[in-house]
Amino acid sequence: MRIKRIQPQAQLELDEDKPVDLNLLDEILLKYKGKKGNLIPLLQKTQELFGFIPEDAFTKISAETGHKLSTMYGVATFYAQFRLKPVGKHIIKVCHGTACHVQNATALTVALQEALKVNDGETTKDGLFTLESVACLGCCSLAPVMMIGDETYGKLDGKKTVKILREIKKSERANK
Amino acid sequence: MEKLKVIVGLGSCGIAAGAGKVFDKISLLQDKYQVELDKTSCIGMCYREPLVEIIDGTHSYLYGGVDEELAEKLIQHHQKNHAPIKEYVVKTEEFKTEDSVFTDNQVKIALRHCGFINPEVIEEYENDHGYVALRKIANKEIDELGIIKEILDSGLRGRGGGGFPTGLKWKFAKESENEEKYIICNADEGDPGAFMDRSILEGDPHAVIEGMIIGAYTMGANEGVIYCRAEYPLAIKRLNIALAQAREKGYLGKNILGIENFNLNIYVKEGAGAFVCGEETALIASVEGERGMPRKRPPFPAASGLWKKPTNINNVETFSNIPWIIENGAKEYAKYGTEKSKGTKVFALTGKIKRGGLVEVPMGMTIHDIVFKLGGGIQDNKKFKAVQLGGPSGGCIPANLDNTIVDYDSVNATGAIMGSGGMVVMDESTCMVDMARFFLDFTQKESCGKCTFCRVGTKRMLEILTRITEGEGVEGDIEKLEELSYQIKDASLCGLGQTAPNPVLTTIKYFRHEYEAHIKDKKCPAGNCTKLLTYEVIPEKCTGCTLCAINCPTNAIDGTKKEIHFIRQDACINCGTCVVKCNFDAIKVY
Repeated sequence: MRIKRIQPQAQLELDEDKPVDLNLLDEILLKYKGKKGNLIPLLQKTQELFGFIPEDAFTKISAETGHKLSTMYGVATFYAQFRLKPVGKHIIKVCHGTACHVQNATALTVALQEALKVNDGETTKDGLFTLESVACLGCCSLAPVMMIGDETYGKLDGKKTVKILREIKKSERANK
Repeated sequence: MEKLKVIVGLGSCGIAAGAGKVFDKISLLQDKYQVELDKTSCIGMCYREPLVEIIDGTHSYLYGGVDEELAEKLIQHHQKNHAPIKEYVVKTEEFKTEDSVFTDNQVKIALRHCGFINPEVIEEYENDHGYVALRKIANKEIDELGIIKEILDSGLRGRGGGGFPTGLKWKFAKESENEEKYIICNADEGDPGAFMDRSILEGDPHAVIEGMIIGAYTMGANEGVIYCRAEYPLAIKRLNIALAQAREKGYLGKNILGIENFNLNIYVKEGAGAFVCGEETALIASVEGERGMPRKRPPFPAASGLWKKPTNINNVETFSNIPWIIENGAKEYAKYGTEKSKGTKVFALTGKIKRGGLVEVPMGMTIHDIVFKLGGGIQDNKKFKAVQLGGPSGGCIPANLDNTIVDYDSVNATGAIMGSGGMVVMDESTCMVDMARFFLDFTQKESCGKCTFCRVGTKRMLEILTRITEGEGVEGDIEKLEELSYQIKDASLCGLGQTAPNPVLTTIKYFRHEYEAHIKDKKCPAGNCTKLLTYEVIPEKCTGCTLCAINCPTNAIDGTKKEIHFIRQDACINCGTCVVKCNFDAIKVY
């Protein structure tokens, strides 16, 4: 399920302007430079580094590899995987595959939107959570399902999801 | 006494159900109880995950629903009594269980190793007929033309949904003259509700790799690409392990198994999340690092594909069938199935079904048998309404046609398609208009935008469907939907657009009365579309906690503390918040 990751988001002004260390890119560039069909892996690795693809990274990759900025932007916005905005610490992926839809996955998203006070694809003000709807996570027999980090939670309903959220918040506070 | 062997099923779905924790727990207890611990992948019984197999001497028992506590209990019990705890057993050779019907009716060819071997150990694959087919080639027992003949005779058709004869595809790729050729495995399984490819990649990566090597030998390809969804991290990890092992053992590389001038390298390419990339020309564009937009055919990939070289693309399940066919012969494979659809097909059985999971059945089984025999019927004993086959490109087959057999032609005749094998079961509480809206929402978002009819047409259809489910439908909407459907089908370049209207057309064909109920009576017969429902407080259940009244966005609920509340219908906007908030099930919806 494609979500709107590229739309400007007024409420989020996290560390977007925080400078990123572009030297980290050198290793990736060395590996992929000059290879056929390297654009997507380049973007994927960049995102792995920063969690999103910063504007400066675009410019640097373009200058080093000769890919046109417009081409790069075209590719980055075509695929659902790429983000052009920073994300929260925990990414909540709510599955909206067929099996989950039939088992009322919409209720999970609604409950989460209400609890986090964000829309689909947005990040909470405190930078803790990003809410995303995704296509099938492949755990159809546990539907409806959501994933937070690497942990998958199955057989959920609105109340259970909010409870899980509360526990994560609690442990975050404890860590502080 | 021999050590107990404990095998934990660690597929993605098993891990999601908690199998990882069970594995960790047993590994901590390994020394205490002196057990041998191993892992395997998904055996397909998702409804009983986490699954743990205990091999006690010569007997083997598969246990379902095993948590950390039960795992320890089972080990203790086996060590003491050398007998199973029968109530938790789901599968064994020793006696029948209530789940036997699930496994007994299956024929496992594509899934032959899934759940039986450790996918990260190449020797386990080799010990179970692995790379035997490839050795047959190395020993000159069969040549390129022989392979093509076997595959043609086996009747194997593309398992990704297209249903094109695989042997013919290989023949075209072979006949294309070029020094450089590519073989691609399409592992971009994008259909929501389908996970058979993931399961094969996680459970038996070598079978896919061997199938690709055989294909590469046949058509003379020297480079292979496995295009796998990035959403399948475990599959990618196991593929890379398997590829490294295959290289080390000489199944990949230069002069493979001593076959002169047969050089092949295979690597994994991660998809970046676009459903349209399941279409072969879009997939090629994506491998080349471009936006994944389909190209016009002809030229077909067999003549000009990746980097404008002859390219052959097959699906994961197709490849995993190949080694079995070459080893056992076309006749053995063609024994299963119907006249025009041979062999077996894997289905991901999900939705409102009692036993959801992965099943591999011979072509020609009826939908009724799959749903009620293997699947055990509908959850909560509700009424069976329809199955959805083929994901967003497919359609709904209603309960009264459940004697339809699963083969390419019979399924197509209903208006649905076989697709990659997602089978979502729906009961009386599923609204068919909402289902059509759900799929259109998906295809509309995933349309790449190249063809106007697909880009704009799906959007218009989605708008109409959304209106209908919200009670704003008007006379003539159904006809407009049909008209748009045919236009999109006719004027789209690739499979995505050509099939996108299928869910709408089939639901109109079989459930027209539901559309009419939404449009004319402003009612949702399945009780699914919130905007078309009426909400009322059940006086006997209401405790007067005021929770619903506090949360009602339009203050449509009257009542004070400890008094029975009342919903004013004129102010109610049917949002359903009160139902969610109520802790006493005191809101009636109809």
